[in-house]
Amino acid sequence: MANYYIPAHYLLEKIFDFEIINVPLITSKTIELGNKHSPEFVCTPFKYTLGTMIEALDMGANVLIQFGGGCRYGYYSELQEQILKDLGYKFELLNLITAGKANVKQIYKTIKRINKKINIIKCLYYLFITVKMVKYMDKIDDYIRQNIGFEVEKNSFNKLLEKMLEQFKTVNNPIKLYILYKKYLKKFKKLKINKPKNCLKVGVIGELYTLMEPFSNYYLEKELASFNIEIKRFTNVNYLLFKHKATINKALKKSKKYMKYKMCADASSNVYWAKYLGTNKYDGIIHIKSSFCTPEIGVMPILDKVAKDYNIPIIYFSFDANTSEVGIKTRLEAFYDMIEMRRK
Amino acid sequence: MNCYLGVDIGSISTKGVVIDENNNIITSSYIWTEGNPVNAVKNLIENLKEKLNGYAVKGIGTTGSARKLIGLLLNANIVKNEIMAHAIGTLSLYPDAKTILEIGGQDSKIILLNNGIITDYAMNTLCAAGTGSFLSSQAKRLNIPIEEFGPLSLKSTNPVKIAARCTVFAESDLIHKAQLGYKKEDIVAGLCKSIVLNYLNNVGKGKQIKSPVIFQGGVSKNVGVLKYFKEVLNTDVIVDPNSHLMGALGIAILAKKNSDGKIYSLDIQNIKFLTKANECKGCSNNCEILRIYKDNKLIDSWGNRCDKYIKN
Repeated sequence: MANYYIPAHYLLEKIFDFEIINVPLITSKTIELGNKHSPEFVCTPFKYTLGTMIEALDMGANVLIQFGGGCRYGYYSELQEQILKDLGYKFELLNLITAGKANVKQIYKTIKRINKKINIIKCLYYLFITVKMVKYMDKIDDYIRQNIGFEVEKNSFNKLLEKMLEQFKTVNNPIKLYILYKKYLKKFKKLKINKPKNCLKVGVIGELYTLMEPFSNYYLEKELASFNIEIKRFTNVNYLLFKHKATINKALKKSKKYMKYKMCADASSNVYWAKYLGTNKYDGIIHIKSSFCTPEIGVMPILDKVAKDYNIPIIYFSFDANTSEVGIKTRLEAFYDMIEMRRK
Repeated sequence: MNCYLGVDIGSISTKGVVIDENNNIITSSYIWTEGNPVNAVKNLIENLKEKLNGYAVKGIGTTGSARKLIGLLLNANIVKNEIMAHAIGTLSLYPDAKTILEIGGQDSKIILLNNGIITDYAMNTLCAAGTGSFLSSQAKRLNIPIEEFGPLSLKSTNPVKIAARCTVFAESDLIHKAQLGYKKEDIVAGLCKSIVLNYLNNVGKGKQIKSPVIFQGGVSKNVGVLKYFKEVLNTDVIVDPNSHLMGALGIAILAKKNSDGKIYSLDIQNIKFLTKANECKGCSNNCEILRIYKDNKLIDSWGNRCDKYIKN
């Protein structure tokens, strides 16, 4: 998922002494493979991850890692394991979160089973670095998202990001990581941008996988940046790891008007964020999800109400394996024209 | 005298409008696209040229699903999406319009306006249910010319109920009703009504439709659909005599606003225009790269996801 394979690879490499296979970035082949072996009406993240697993197995992997989640996703790893075994693959699947809960003891036991010589202190140490790495990456990403639409030299942001990630891979202690992060943040801030003070600002909310994997949202953020728009996105791995629960609690407290009970996955957070975008005078909200994503479908009528109350335009996209790219572009272009016209 | 050309190339029909400095329509043309937008536009330009003696074309705009390709062909100074074009076109004639209902060949949209500003819009998603192409394919099945579809439906006193959600269901429902011996006009009227219900349930879902309501696009010429829109919305629905040309008119106005004073040539008859598609083998994405050739010279290519694609 996006650049997050780097910290994941880093952690696994440090704690296990077997070869870690980096699967190629998601392409049309991935989704084709996933689509072929998935139930038709399952959501696209299932298809993408299944496709990636098949690619990994074909490259020789024999241990796969999967997480569970707060919606149908909670049951995906069991289902995927079954599908892959039916296809004749031989492997072991480590499910780190079962039934929506991370069981630390269980995880430790599984890790111990596949790697007997494991050192728990070393594990925790590298876990700490990895978590920090994710946090710094997300912070840098936030800055990039706000400014990449205004870069003077084409591709300068992405080039610098690549360089930074390359260096992150070689880090061995948290202090060095922090220094690197600070150094690159400075470098990013030095990159020339041509940003007007009252530029158009759009918030992107919705289902987490589709938000974070650019291939699955047809490079929506890239497209938005090409219109010179500042982008705000709340969902990232740092949020999922540490702020998820707190945000939902805050959302329930602050958005009582719109919802009484907790909704699953990120649905409640999305209501709260939409409200945030409305009160902070953003120019528009883009809500994206994979087709058949139940929590997000449930939240759409509420978002409509929020958008109406705060007089902020909102547009919905559902992405599937077979979405027409031209159609998305037309709608996005029209959305941009509309928010620009409203500004005037 | 100066004039500005707007071309709207849709899936089914191609529309061209030429306006003067005061947005008055000098001439217009409406022809079928027939799956070949380049040829359609060549014919369209021939039709328009007849009345353009003494005029200098100072701007060209293209819109519709083939806007990018035709924009290259005509060397257009503006290429814009249909939503903007329709809104601008309508606002030039009805400045106080609040809602625009548009049903075209393959897509349908709703545009909400407030004080001349687009405040909200929606377009049909993946499926062509409730659009013109569905109507015309059913007209063929019933062996009725599409032009007579509307008038025939008005004769009906008892329109049949047709499942409106999906074209596939609608079609099987329709066949079923026909085999039961329903009158043709009742079936036709049922179809018109199903278009309206489908549109309001899908595209217009959750949108507040305030009058004045303007109905346009090719399907607006169908009096049957218009009748049911009025009935279901319980308000007056305006259809302009040029309702099928609104997109082209809008883009012509935008071309005028965007004009740089250059004079554009309309001599495209002999230009050889060729699109070649091939798959890039750079990675497993296999992007379909389109290359556009004008007189055997590569002028543009698109479809690539990255900058790696191999030029040849």
